[in-house]
Amino acid sequence: MVRLSPPIKWAVRLVVIGYVFLLVGWPLITLVQKAFAGGLDNFQAAFSDPDVTHALLVTIEISIWAVIINTVFGVTMAVLLVRHEFPGRRAVSALIDLPMSVSPVVIGLALLLVYSGRYGWFGPTLEAHGIVVIFNSPGMIMATCFVALPLVVREVVPVLEEVGDDQEQAARSLGANAIQVLRRITMPAIKWAVVYGVVLSLARSLGEFGALKIVSGNLTGLTQTAPLVVEQKYNNFAQGEAYAVSFILVAISVLCILVVSLLRPKESHS
Amino acid sequence: MSTAVLNQDTRAVGRGRPGVRWTLTPGSGVALGVAMTWFSLLVLIPLAAIVATAGSDGWQGYVDTLTNPQSWAAIWLTVTQSLLVTAVNVVMGTLIAWVLVRDRFWGKRLLDLVIDIPFAMPTIVAGLVLLGLYGPKSPLAINVSNTKASITLALAFVTLPFIVRTVQPVLAELDADVEEAAASLGASQLTILRRVVLPSIIPAVAAGAALSFARAISEYGSLVLLSGLLPYKTEVVSVRVLSFIEGGDKTSAAALATLMLAVALVVIVALDVIQRRMGRRG
Repeated sequence: MVRLSPPIKWAVRLVVIGYVFLLVGWPLITLVQKAFAGGLDNFQAAFSDPDVTHALLVTIEISIWAVIINTVFGVTMAVLLVRHEFPGRRAVSALIDLPMSVSPVVIGLALLLVYSGRYGWFGPTLEAHGIVVIFNSPGMIMATCFVALPLVVREVVPVLEEVGDDQEQAARSLGANAIQVLRRITMPAIKWAVVYGVVLSLARSLGEFGALKIVSGNLTGLTQTAPLVVEQKYNNFAQGEAYAVSFILVAISVLCILVVSLLRPKESHS
Repeated sequence: MSTAVLNQDTRAVGRGRPGVRWTLTPGSGVALGVAMTWFSLLVLIPLAAIVATAGSDGWQGYVDTLTNPQSWAAIWLTVTQSLLVTAVNVVMGTLIAWVLVRDRFWGKRLLDLVIDIPFAMPTIVAGLVLLGLYGPKSPLAINVSNTKASITLALAFVTLPFIVRTVQPVLAELDADVEEAAASLGASQLTILRRVVLPSIIPAVAAGAALSFARAISEYGSLVLLSGLLPYKTEVVSVRVLSFIEGGDKTSAAALATLMLAVALVVIVALDVIQRRMGRRG
Protein backbone atom coordinates (compact mmCIF):
# COMPACT_ATOMS: atom_id res chain seq x y z
CA MET A 1 0.00 0.00 0.00
CA VAL A 2 1.13 3.48 -0.78
CA ARG A 3 1.60 5.40 2.47
CA LEU A 4 1.69 9.14 2.08
CA SER A 5 3.84 11.06 4.52
CA PRO A 6 1.74 12.74 7.24
CA PRO A 7 2.07 16.33 5.92
CA ILE A 8 0.93 15.26 2.43
CA LYS A 9 -1.86 13.13 3.87
CA TRP A 10 -3.14 16.07 5.89
CA ALA A 11 -2.82 18.45 2.96
CA VAL A 12 -4.84 16.16 0.66
CA ARG A 13 -7.46 15.61 3.36
CA LEU A 14 -7.83 19.35 3.97
CA VAL A 15 -8.04 20.21 0.27
CA VAL A 16 -10.74 17.58 -0.26
CA ILE A 17 -12.81 18.52 2.78
CA GLY A 18 -12.42 22.25 2.06
CA TYR A 19 -13.48 21.85 -1.56
CA VAL A 20 -16.55 19.75 -0.78
CA PHE A 21 -17.52 22.02 2.12
CA LEU A 22 -17.28 25.20 0.04
CA LEU A 23 -19.04 23.66 -2.95
CA VAL A 24 -21.81 21.64 -1.26
CA GLY A 25 -21.76 21.79 2.53
CA TRP A 26 -21.80 25.52 3.17
CA PRO A 27 -24.34 26.37 0.43
CA LEU A 28 -26.66 23.75 1.97
CA ILE A 29 -26.25 25.31 5.42
CA THR A 30 -27.11 28.71 3.91
CA LEU A 31 -30.25 27.22 2.40
CA VAL A 32 -31.41 25.91 5.78
CA GLN A 33 -30.65 29.27 7.42
CA LYS A 34 -32.57 31.20 4.78
CA ALA A 35 -35.53 28.83 4.75
CA PHE A 36 -35.90 29.06 8.53
CA ALA A 37 -35.10 32.77 8.82
CA GLY A 38 -38.07 34.08 10.81
CA GLY A 39 -39.06 30.67 12.12
CA LEU A 40 -41.72 28.95 10.06
CA ASP A 41 -43.01 32.15 8.41
CA ASN A 42 -41.60 31.23 5.01
CA PHE A 43 -43.26 27.82 5.14
CA GLN A 44 -46.58 29.29 6.25
CA ALA A 45 -46.46 31.85 3.44
CA ALA A 46 -45.61 29.15 0.91
CA PHE A 47 -48.29 26.72 2.06
CA SER A 48 -50.99 29.37 2.20
CA ASP A 49 -50.49 29.88 -1.54
CA PRO A 50 -52.74 27.31 -3.31
CA ASP A 51 -50.46 27.42 -6.37
CA VAL A 52 -47.55 26.15 -4.27
CA THR A 53 -49.49 23.26 -2.71
CA HIS A 54 -50.91 22.39 -6.12
CA ALA A 55 -47.41 22.39 -7.65
CA LEU A 56 -46.14 20.07 -4.89
CA LEU A 57 -49.04 17.70 -5.53
CA VAL A 58 -48.43 17.77 -9.30
CA THR A 59 -44.74 16.98 -8.73
CA ILE A 60 -45.58 14.04 -6.46
CA GLU A 61 -48.20 12.65 -8.84
CA ILE A 62 -46.00 12.93 -11.93
CA SER A 63 -43.01 11.44 -10.10
CA ILE A 64 -44.94 8.45 -8.80
CA TRP A 65 -46.23 7.58 -12.27
CA ALA A 66 -42.78 8.02 -13.79
CA VAL A 67 -41.12 5.88 -11.11
CA ILE A 68 -43.66 3.07 -11.57
CA ILE A 69 -43.21 3.06 -15.35
CA ASN A 70 -39.43 3.27 -15.11
CA THR A 71 -39.27 0.45 -12.55
CA VAL A 72 -41.31 -1.93 -14.69
CA PHE A 73 -39.34 -0.96 -17.80
CA GLY A 74 -36.01 -1.02 -15.98
CA VAL A 75 -36.40 -4.47 -14.42
CA THR A 76 -37.74 -5.96 -17.66
CA MET A 77 -34.94 -4.44 -19.70
CA ALA A 78 -32.24 -5.49 -17.22
CA VAL A 79 -33.41 -9.13 -17.24
CA LEU A 80 -33.60 -9.13 -21.05
CA LEU A 81 -30.15 -7.55 -21.43
CA VAL A 82 -28.38 -9.87 -18.99
CA ARG A 83 -30.21 -13.18 -19.48
CA HIS A 84 -30.88 -13.15 -23.21
CA GLU A 85 -29.06 -12.79 -26.49
CA PHE A 86 -30.73 -10.94 -29.34
CA PRO A 87 -29.53 -8.88 -32.30
CA GLY A 88 -28.96 -5.27 -31.30
CA ARG A 89 -28.50 -6.13 -27.64
CA ARG A 90 -25.32 -4.08 -27.25
CA ALA A 91 -26.81 -1.10 -29.08
CA VAL A 92 -29.86 -1.13 -26.80
CA SER A 93 -27.64 -1.42 -23.74
CA ALA A 94 -25.64 1.63 -24.80
CA LEU A 95 -28.68 3.65 -25.91
CA ILE A 96 -30.39 3.20 -22.53
CA ASP A 97 -27.57 5.30 -21.03
CA LEU A 98 -28.19 8.09 -23.52
CA PRO A 99 -30.75 10.06 -21.43
CA MET A 100 -28.06 10.62 -18.77
CA SER A 101 -26.04 12.76 -21.16
CA VAL A 102 -28.85 14.44 -23.12
CA SER A 103 -29.73 17.95 -22.02
CA PRO A 104 -33.15 18.32 -20.35
CA VAL A 105 -33.86 21.11 -22.84
CA VAL A 106 -33.16 18.77 -25.75
CA ILE A 107 -35.43 16.13 -24.16
CA GLY A 108 -38.23 18.70 -23.92
CA LEU A 109 -37.72 19.76 -27.53
CA ALA A 110 -37.67 16.14 -28.74
CA LEU A 111 -41.02 15.36 -27.08
CA LEU A 112 -42.47 18.63 -28.38
CA LEU A 113 -41.51 17.79 -31.98
CA VAL A 114 -43.31 14.44 -31.82
CA TYR A 115 -46.28 15.03 -29.50
CA SER A 116 -47.15 18.72 -29.86
CA GLY A 117 -50.81 19.12 -30.82
CA ARG A 118 -49.98 21.85 -33.32
CA TYR A 119 -46.94 20.62 -35.25
CA GLY A 120 -45.83 17.29 -33.73
CA TRP A 121 -45.47 14.10 -35.77
CA PHE A 122 -48.11 12.19 -33.77
CA GLY A 123 -49.61 15.05 -31.71
CA PRO A 124 -52.47 16.15 -34.01
CA THR A 125 -53.61 12.54 -34.56
CA LEU A 126 -53.55 11.85 -30.82
CA GLU A 127 -55.46 15.04 -30.05
CA ALA A 128 -58.07 14.09 -32.66
CA HIS A 129 -58.62 11.00 -30.48
CA GLY A 130 -58.84 13.12 -27.35
CA ILE A 131 -55.31 12.43 -26.04
CA VAL A 132 -53.50 15.67 -25.18
CA VAL A 133 -49.84 14.94 -24.41
CA ILE A 134 -48.04 18.29 -24.40
CA PHE A 135 -48.90 20.88 -21.71
CA ASN A 136 -50.63 17.98 -19.94
CA SER A 137 -49.80 15.10 -17.56
CA PRO A 138 -48.89 12.43 -20.19
CA GLY A 139 -46.15 14.61 -21.66
CA MET A 140 -44.89 15.54 -18.21
CA ILE A 141 -44.77 11.88 -17.18
CA MET A 142 -42.93 11.02 -20.42
CA ALA A 143 -40.35 13.79 -19.87
CA THR A 144 -39.77 12.58 -16.31
CA CYS A 145 -39.48 8.94 -17.49
CA PHE A 146 -36.95 10.03 -20.11
CA VAL A 147 -34.60 11.83 -17.70
CA ALA A 148 -34.63 9.02 -15.11
CA LEU A 149 -34.70 6.12 -17.61
CA PRO A 150 -31.29 4.48 -16.99
CA LEU A 151 -31.30 4.59 -13.18
CA VAL A 152 -33.17 1.34 -12.44
CA VAL A 153 -31.51 -0.58 -15.32
CA ARG A 154 -28.02 0.47 -14.18
CA GLU A 155 -28.64 -0.66 -10.61
CA VAL A 156 -30.12 -4.04 -11.56
CA VAL A 157 -27.80 -5.11 -14.42
CA PRO A 158 -24.58 -5.53 -12.33
CA VAL A 159 -26.44 -7.51 -9.65
CA LEU A 160 -28.01 -9.84 -12.20
CA GLU A 161 -24.60 -10.37 -13.78
CA GLU A 162 -23.02 -11.13 -10.43
CA VAL A 163 -25.58 -13.64 -9.10
CA GLY A 164 -25.40 -15.58 -12.37
CA ASP A 165 -28.13 -17.89 -13.62
CA ASP A 166 -27.17 -21.15 -11.86
CA GLN A 167 -30.08 -20.96 -9.44
CA GLU A 168 -32.51 -20.03 -12.20
CA GLN A 169 -31.36 -23.01 -14.28
CA ALA A 170 -31.62 -25.32 -11.27
CA ALA A 171 -35.17 -24.12 -10.62
CA ARG A 172 -36.06 -24.58 -14.27
CA SER A 173 -34.60 -28.10 -14.35
CA LEU A 174 -36.76 -28.92 -11.31
CA GLY A 175 -39.80 -27.91 -13.31
CA ALA A 176 -40.42 -24.30 -12.33
CA ASN A 177 -42.06 -22.21 -15.04
CA ALA A 178 -40.83 -18.77 -16.16
CA ILE A 179 -43.09 -16.86 -13.76
CA GLN A 180 -42.12 -19.02 -10.77
CA VAL A 181 -38.43 -18.54 -11.57
CA LEU A 182 -38.91 -14.78 -11.82
CA ARG A 183 -40.93 -14.54 -8.61
CA ARG A 184 -39.03 -17.01 -6.43
CA ILE A 185 -35.42 -16.73 -7.68
CA THR A 186 -34.74 -13.60 -9.75
CA MET A 187 -36.81 -11.01 -7.86
CA PRO A 188 -35.45 -11.82 -4.36
CA ALA A 189 -31.88 -11.60 -5.73
CA ILE A 190 -32.35 -8.15 -7.27
CA LYS A 191 -34.71 -6.80 -4.60
CA TRP A 192 -32.27 -4.29 -3.10
CA ALA A 193 -30.94 -3.14 -6.44
CA VAL A 194 -34.52 -2.35 -7.45
CA VAL A 195 -35.02 -0.41 -4.22
CA TYR A 196 -31.90 1.73 -4.89
CA GLY A 197 -33.03 2.28 -8.45
CA VAL A 198 -36.50 3.36 -7.32
CA VAL A 199 -35.14 5.75 -4.69
CA LEU A 200 -32.65 7.33 -7.09
CA SER A 201 -35.35 7.63 -9.78
CA LEU A 202 -37.66 9.27 -7.28
CA ALA A 203 -35.04 11.86 -6.33
CA ARG A 204 -34.27 12.56 -9.98
CA SER A 205 -37.97 12.75 -10.94
CA LEU A 206 -38.97 15.15 -8.16
CA GLY A 207 -36.24 17.59 -9.18
CA GLU A 208 -36.60 17.67 -12.94
CA PHE A 209 -36.72 21.24 -14.20
CA GLY A 210 -35.66 21.92 -17.80
CA ALA A 211 -37.57 19.21 -19.64
CA LEU A 212 -40.73 19.83 -17.61
CA LYS A 213 -40.52 23.59 -18.14
CA ILE A 214 -40.85 23.01 -21.89
CA VAL A 215 -43.30 20.12 -21.90
CA SER A 216 -45.63 21.39 -19.15
CA GLY A 217 -45.96 24.93 -20.46
CA ASN A 218 -45.41 26.04 -16.83
CA LEU A 219 -49.09 26.94 -16.33
CA THR A 220 -49.49 28.24 -12.77
CA GLY A 221 -52.04 26.23 -10.80
CA LEU A 222 -52.36 23.65 -13.58
CA THR A 223 -49.17 22.03 -14.81
CA GLN A 224 -46.63 23.94 -12.75
CA THR A 225 -44.36 21.67 -10.71
CA ALA A 226 -42.49 22.39 -7.47
CA PRO A 227 -39.09 23.17 -9.08
CA LEU A 228 -40.86 25.55 -11.49
CA VAL A 229 -42.56 27.25 -8.54
CA VAL A 230 -39.13 27.83 -6.98
CA GLU A 231 -38.01 29.74 -10.07
CA GLN A 232 -41.22 31.76 -10.25
CA LYS A 233 -41.20 32.67 -6.56
CA TYR A 234 -37.54 33.68 -6.71
CA ASN A 235 -38.07 35.90 -9.73
CA ASN A 236 -41.19 37.45 -8.15
CA PHE A 237 -39.13 38.52 -5.11
CA ALA A 238 -40.86 35.98 -2.84
CA GLN A 239 -37.41 34.62 -2.00
CA GLY A 240 -38.41 33.31 1.42
CA GLU A 241 -41.04 31.11 -0.15
CA ALA A 242 -38.57 29.99 -2.83
CA TYR A 243 -36.15 28.91 -0.09
CA ALA A 244 -38.95 27.14 1.83
CA VAL A 245 -40.05 25.08 -1.19
CA SER A 246 -36.38 24.39 -2.03
CA PHE A 247 -35.80 23.17 1.51
CA ILE A 248 -38.64 20.67 1.14
CA LEU A 249 -37.24 19.40 -2.17
CA VAL A 250 -33.69 19.15 -0.79
CA ALA A 251 -34.92 17.39 2.34
CA ILE A 252 -36.58 14.73 0.19
CA SER A 253 -33.52 14.27 -2.03
CA VAL A 254 -31.16 14.05 0.97
CA LEU A 255 -33.53 11.52 2.53
CA CYS A 256 -33.37 9.45 -0.68
CA ILE A 257 -29.55 9.53 -0.61
CA LEU A 258 -29.57 8.56 3.08
CA VAL A 259 -31.86 5.60 2.43
CA VAL A 260 -29.60 4.32 -0.34
CA SER A 261 -26.39 4.79 1.64
CA LEU A 262 -27.80 3.15 4.77
CA LEU A 263 -29.19 0.17 2.88
CA ARG A 264 -26.24 -0.39 0.56
CA PRO A 265 -23.64 -1.86 2.97
CA LYS A 266 -26.06 -4.66 3.85
CA GLU A 267 -25.73 -5.91 0.30
CA SER A 268 -22.79 -8.29 -0.03
CA HIS A 269 -21.81 -7.05 -3.50
CA SER A 270 -21.67 -3.43 -2.26
CA MET B 1 -26.22 -3.18 -35.35
CA SER B 2 -24.04 -5.40 -37.51
CA THR B 3 -23.54 -9.06 -36.72
CA ALA B 4 -19.77 -8.49 -36.64
CA VAL B 5 -20.14 -6.43 -33.49
CA LEU B 6 -22.44 -9.01 -31.95
CA ASN B 7 -19.98 -11.80 -32.67
CA GLN B 8 -17.29 -9.95 -30.75
CA ASP B 9 -19.82 -9.34 -28.05
CA THR B 10 -20.50 -12.98 -27.14
CA ARG B 11 -16.98 -13.32 -25.79
CA ALA B 12 -17.27 -10.28 -23.54
CA VAL B 13 -20.63 -11.32 -22.12
CA GLY B 14 -19.18 -14.58 -20.82
CA ARG B 15 -22.47 -16.36 -20.16
CA GLY B 16 -23.56 -15.93 -23.77
CA ARG B 17 -23.30 -19.26 -25.55
CA PRO B 18 -21.29 -18.77 -28.75
CA GLY B 19 -23.21 -19.48 -31.90
CA VAL B 20 -26.62 -18.90 -30.33
CA ARG B 21 -28.02 -15.64 -31.61
CA TRP B 22 -31.52 -15.68 -30.13
CA THR B 23 -32.24 -17.00 -26.65
CA LEU B 24 -35.67 -15.46 -26.24
CA THR B 25 -38.61 -17.52 -25.06
CA PRO B 26 -42.04 -16.49 -26.42
CA GLY B 27 -42.79 -14.67 -23.14
CA SER B 28 -39.57 -12.71 -23.06
CA GLY B 29 -39.98 -11.99 -26.78
CA VAL B 30 -43.26 -10.23 -26.05
CA ALA B 31 -41.65 -8.37 -23.12
CA LEU B 32 -38.82 -7.24 -25.39
CA GLY B 33 -41.34 -6.07 -27.98
CA VAL B 34 -43.33 -4.03 -25.47
CA ALA B 35 -40.20 -2.56 -23.85
CA MET B 36 -38.71 -1.59 -27.21
CA THR B 37 -41.98 -0.02 -28.37
CA TRP B 38 -42.05 2.17 -25.27
CA PHE B 39 -38.33 2.95 -25.65
CA SER B 40 -38.92 3.98 -29.26
CA LEU B 41 -41.94 6.16 -28.48
CA LEU B 42 -40.16 7.78 -25.55
CA VAL B 43 -36.56 8.14 -26.74
CA LEU B 44 -35.76 7.00 -30.27
CA ILE B 45 -38.57 8.61 -32.28
CA PRO B 46 -38.39 11.98 -30.45
CA LEU B 47 -34.60 12.11 -30.91
CA ALA B 48 -35.04 11.18 -34.58
CA ALA B 49 -37.54 14.07 -34.85
CA ILE B 50 -34.82 16.47 -33.71
CA VAL B 51 -32.41 15.27 -36.40
CA ALA B 52 -35.16 15.40 -39.05
CA THR B 53 -36.27 18.90 -38.03
CA ALA B 54 -32.68 20.17 -37.98
CA GLY B 55 -32.28 19.11 -41.59
CA SER B 56 -35.54 20.68 -42.77
CA ASP B 57 -33.81 23.89 -43.93
CA GLY B 58 -31.07 22.00 -45.73
CA TRP B 59 -27.38 21.93 -44.96
CA GLN B 60 -26.92 25.69 -45.43
CA GLY B 61 -29.65 26.52 -42.91
CA TYR B 62 -28.00 24.15 -40.46
CA VAL B 63 -24.58 25.75 -40.87
CA ASP B 64 -26.12 29.25 -40.64
CA THR B 65 -27.68 28.45 -37.26
CA LEU B 66 -24.47 27.13 -35.82
CA THR B 67 -22.34 29.98 -37.15
CA ASN B 68 -24.75 32.69 -36.01
CA PRO B 69 -22.52 34.83 -33.72
CA GLN B 70 -24.75 34.50 -30.66
CA SER B 71 -25.06 30.71 -31.04
CA TRP B 72 -21.35 30.41 -31.68
CA ALA B 73 -20.58 32.42 -28.53
CA ALA B 74 -22.85 30.06 -26.56
CA ILE B 75 -21.17 26.96 -28.04
CA TRP B 76 -17.69 28.33 -27.31
CA LEU B 77 -18.62 29.27 -23.73
CA THR B 78 -20.24 25.89 -23.05
CA VAL B 79 -17.36 23.85 -24.44
CA THR B 80 -14.58 25.84 -22.72
CA GLN B 81 -16.38 25.89 -19.37
CA SER B 82 -17.17 22.17 -19.59
CA LEU B 83 -13.53 21.36 -20.38
CA LEU B 84 -12.36 23.54 -17.51
CA VAL B 85 -14.77 21.93 -15.04
CA THR B 86 -13.90 18.43 -16.28
CA ALA B 87 -10.20 19.21 -15.72
CA VAL B 88 -10.97 20.40 -12.17
CA ASN B 89 -12.99 17.21 -11.61
CA VAL B 90 -10.18 14.96 -12.87
CA VAL B 91 -7.92 16.35 -10.14
CA MET B 92 -10.44 16.91 -7.34
CA GLY B 93 -12.56 13.82 -8.10
CA THR B 94 -9.52 11.55 -8.02
CA LEU B 95 -8.28 13.15 -4.79
CA ILE B 96 -11.72 12.80 -3.18
CA ALA B 97 -11.93 9.15 -4.24
CA TRP B 98 -8.42 8.58 -2.84
CA VAL B 99 -9.33 10.12 0.50
CA LEU B 100 -12.60 8.15 0.69
CA VAL B 101 -10.84 4.83 0.03
CA ARG B 102 -7.38 5.14 1.60
CA ASP B 103 -7.77 7.71 4.36
CA ARG B 104 -9.44 7.21 7.72
CA PHE B 105 -10.82 10.07 9.76
CA TRP B 106 -13.84 11.12 11.75
CA GLY B 107 -16.68 12.27 9.49
CA LYS B 108 -15.59 10.31 6.41
CA ARG B 109 -19.01 8.69 6.15
CA LEU B 110 -20.58 12.18 6.05
CA LEU B 111 -18.19 13.26 3.28
CA ASP B 112 -19.16 10.15 1.33
CA LEU B 113 -22.83 11.07 1.73
CA VAL B 114 -22.41 14.72 0.77
CA ILE B 115 -20.75 13.75 -2.55
CA ASP B 116 -24.06 12.26 -3.78
CA ILE B 117 -26.19 15.28 -2.89
CA PRO B 118 -25.53 17.24 -6.13
CA PHE B 119 -26.75 14.22 -8.09
CA ALA B 120 -30.07 13.98 -6.25
CA MET B 121 -30.70 17.68 -5.70
CA PRO B 122 -33.13 19.47 -8.04
CA THR B 123 -31.03 21.56 -10.43
CA ILE B 124 -33.00 24.76 -9.87
CA VAL B 125 -32.36 24.38 -6.14
CA ALA B 126 -28.65 23.84 -6.84
CA GLY B 127 -28.61 27.27 -8.48
CA LEU B 128 -30.53 28.77 -5.59
CA VAL B 129 -28.26 27.40 -2.85
CA LEU B 130 -25.12 28.54 -4.68
CA LEU B 131 -26.71 31.97 -5.09
CA GLY B 132 -27.21 32.09 -1.33
CA LEU B 133 -23.48 31.75 -0.65
CA TYR B 134 -21.90 33.17 -3.78
CA GLY B 135 -24.59 35.67 -4.83
CA PRO B 136 -25.29 39.37 -4.24
CA LYS B 137 -25.76 38.94 -0.47
CA SER B 138 -22.83 36.57 -0.03
CA PRO B 139 -21.58 36.21 3.55
CA LEU B 140 -18.14 35.59 1.99
CA ALA B 141 -18.37 38.82 -0.04
CA ILE B 142 -17.89 36.78 -3.21
CA ASN B 143 -20.47 37.61 -5.84
CA VAL B 144 -20.25 35.53 -8.99
CA SER B 145 -23.85 36.00 -10.18
CA ASN B 146 -24.17 37.00 -13.84
CA THR B 147 -20.49 36.30 -14.51
CA LYS B 148 -18.64 33.51 -16.29
CA ALA B 149 -17.40 32.24 -12.91
CA SER B 150 -21.03 31.46 -11.99
CA ILE B 151 -21.09 28.89 -14.80
CA THR B 152 -17.85 27.29 -13.61
CA LEU B 153 -19.28 27.13 -10.10
CA ALA B 154 -22.65 25.66 -11.08
CA LEU B 155 -21.09 23.08 -13.40
CA ALA B 156 -18.51 22.07 -10.77
CA PHE B 157 -21.40 21.55 -8.34
CA VAL B 158 -23.58 19.36 -10.56
CA THR B 159 -20.68 17.26 -11.91
CA LEU B 160 -18.98 16.65 -8.53
CA PRO B 161 -20.05 12.98 -8.05
CA PHE B 162 -19.13 11.56 -11.47
CA ILE B 163 -15.37 10.97 -11.26
CA VAL B 164 -15.50 10.21 -7.52
CA ARG B 165 -18.07 7.48 -8.07
CA THR B 166 -16.31 5.86 -11.03
CA VAL B 167 -12.82 5.90 -9.45
CA GLN B 168 -13.81 4.93 -5.89
CA PRO B 169 -14.76 1.26 -6.55
CA VAL B 170 -11.70 0.69 -8.76
CA LEU B 171 -9.39 2.11 -6.11
CA ALA B 172 -11.08 -0.01 -3.43
CA GLU B 173 -10.59 -3.22 -5.42
CA LEU B 174 -6.96 -2.47 -6.27
CA ASP B 175 -4.73 -5.34 -5.18
CA ALA B 176 -2.54 -4.26 -2.26
CA ASP B 177 -0.10 -7.09 -3.08
CA VAL B 178 1.07 -5.40 -6.26
CA GLU B 179 1.86 -2.23 -4.36
CA GLU B 180 3.66 -4.20 -1.63
CA ALA B 181 5.64 -6.07 -4.27
CA ALA B 182 6.67 -2.82 -5.92
CA ALA B 183 7.70 -1.43 -2.53
CA SER B 184 9.68 -4.56 -1.65
CA LEU B 185 11.54 -4.24 -4.94
CA GLY B 186 12.63 -0.76 -3.88
CA ALA B 187 10.13 1.46 -5.67
CA SER B 188 9.54 4.82 -3.99
CA GLN B 189 6.02 5.86 -2.96
CA LEU B 190 5.89 8.26 -5.89
CA THR B 191 6.95 5.55 -8.33
CA ILE B 192 4.28 3.21 -6.99
CA LEU B 193 1.64 5.91 -7.40
CA ARG B 194 2.82 6.68 -10.92
CA ARG B 195 3.50 3.15 -12.18
CA VAL B 196 1.02 0.98 -10.26
CA VAL B 197 -1.93 2.99 -8.95
CA LEU B 198 -2.34 5.56 -11.71
CA PRO B 199 -2.43 3.15 -14.68
CA SER B 200 -5.12 1.05 -13.03
CA ILE B 201 -7.43 3.96 -12.28
CA ILE B 202 -6.99 5.83 -15.58
CA PRO B 203 -9.86 4.05 -17.40
CA ALA B 204 -12.17 4.89 -14.49
CA VAL B 205 -11.01 8.52 -14.50
CA ALA B 206 -11.64 8.66 -18.24
CA ALA B 207 -15.14 7.21 -17.86
CA GLY B 208 -15.95 9.70 -15.10
CA ALA B 209 -14.50 12.57 -17.13
CA ALA B 210 -16.68 11.63 -20.12
CA LEU B 211 -19.82 11.57 -17.93
CA SER B 212 -18.86 14.81 -16.27
CA PHE B 213 -18.21 16.54 -19.62
CA ALA B 214 -21.53 15.31 -21.03
CA ARG B 215 -23.40 16.55 -17.98
CA ALA B 216 -21.65 19.94 -18.08
CA ILE B 217 -22.40 20.45 -21.79
CA SER B 218 -26.10 19.75 -21.24
CA GLU B 219 -26.66 21.61 -17.96
CA TYR B 220 -29.57 24.02 -17.75
CA GLY B 221 -31.47 24.16 -14.44
CA SER B 222 -28.66 25.20 -12.11
CA LEU B 223 -27.67 28.10 -14.39
CA VAL B 224 -31.12 29.72 -14.59
CA LEU B 225 -30.95 31.75 -11.39
CA LEU B 226 -27.18 32.01 -11.07
CA SER B 227 -25.83 33.02 -14.46
CA GLY B 228 -28.39 35.63 -15.52
CA LEU B 229 -28.54 33.98 -18.98
CA LEU B 230 -26.91 37.00 -20.65
CA PRO B 231 -26.38 36.61 -24.43
CA TYR B 232 -22.69 36.59 -25.46
CA LYS B 233 -21.68 36.57 -21.79
CA THR B 234 -23.26 33.80 -19.75
CA GLU B 235 -25.59 32.15 -22.26
CA VAL B 236 -24.86 28.43 -22.68
CA VAL B 237 -26.08 26.18 -25.49
CA SER B 238 -29.08 24.73 -23.64
CA VAL B 239 -30.31 28.25 -22.79
CA ARG B 240 -29.92 29.23 -26.45
CA VAL B 241 -31.95 26.15 -27.49
CA LEU B 242 -34.67 27.12 -25.05
CA SER B 243 -34.87 30.69 -26.34
CA PHE B 244 -35.21 29.33 -29.89
CA ILE B 245 -38.07 27.08 -28.68
CA GLU B 246 -39.79 29.96 -26.91
CA GLY B 247 -39.35 32.11 -30.02
CA GLY B 248 -41.04 29.41 -32.10
CA ASP B 249 -37.91 28.74 -34.17
CA LYS B 250 -37.99 24.94 -34.01
CA THR B 251 -35.50 24.41 -36.83
CA SER B 252 -32.74 26.44 -35.19
CA ALA B 253 -33.49 24.84 -31.81
CA ALA B 254 -33.23 21.39 -33.40
CA ALA B 255 -30.01 22.34 -35.24
CA LEU B 256 -28.25 23.26 -31.99
CA ALA B 257 -29.82 20.25 -30.26
CA THR B 258 -28.32 17.84 -32.84
CA LEU B 259 -24.89 19.18 -31.96
CA MET B 260 -25.55 18.41 -28.29
CA LEU B 261 -26.92 14.98 -29.21
CA ALA B 262 -23.80 14.23 -31.22
CA VAL B 263 -21.64 15.02 -28.18
CA ALA B 264 -23.87 12.78 -26.02
CA LEU B 265 -23.56 9.93 -28.52
CA VAL B 266 -19.77 10.24 -28.69
CA VAL B 267 -19.66 10.08 -24.88
CA ILE B 268 -21.92 7.00 -24.80
CA VAL B 269 -19.76 5.18 -27.34
CA ALA B 270 -16.57 6.17 -25.49
CA LEU B 271 -18.05 4.91 -22.22
CA ASP B 272 -19.09 1.63 -23.81
CA VAL B 273 -15.54 1.10 -25.09
CA ILE B 274 -13.95 2.07 -21.76
CA GLN B 275 -16.30 -0.13 -19.75
CA ARG B 276 -15.64 -3.11 -21.96
CA ARG B 277 -11.92 -2.58 -21.39
CA MET B 278 -12.50 -2.43 -17.67
CA GLY B 279 -14.21 -5.78 -18.10
CA ARG B 280 -17.53 -5.02 -16.50
CA ARG B 281 -20.51 -2.78 -16.81
CA GLY B 282 -21.54 -0.52 -13.97
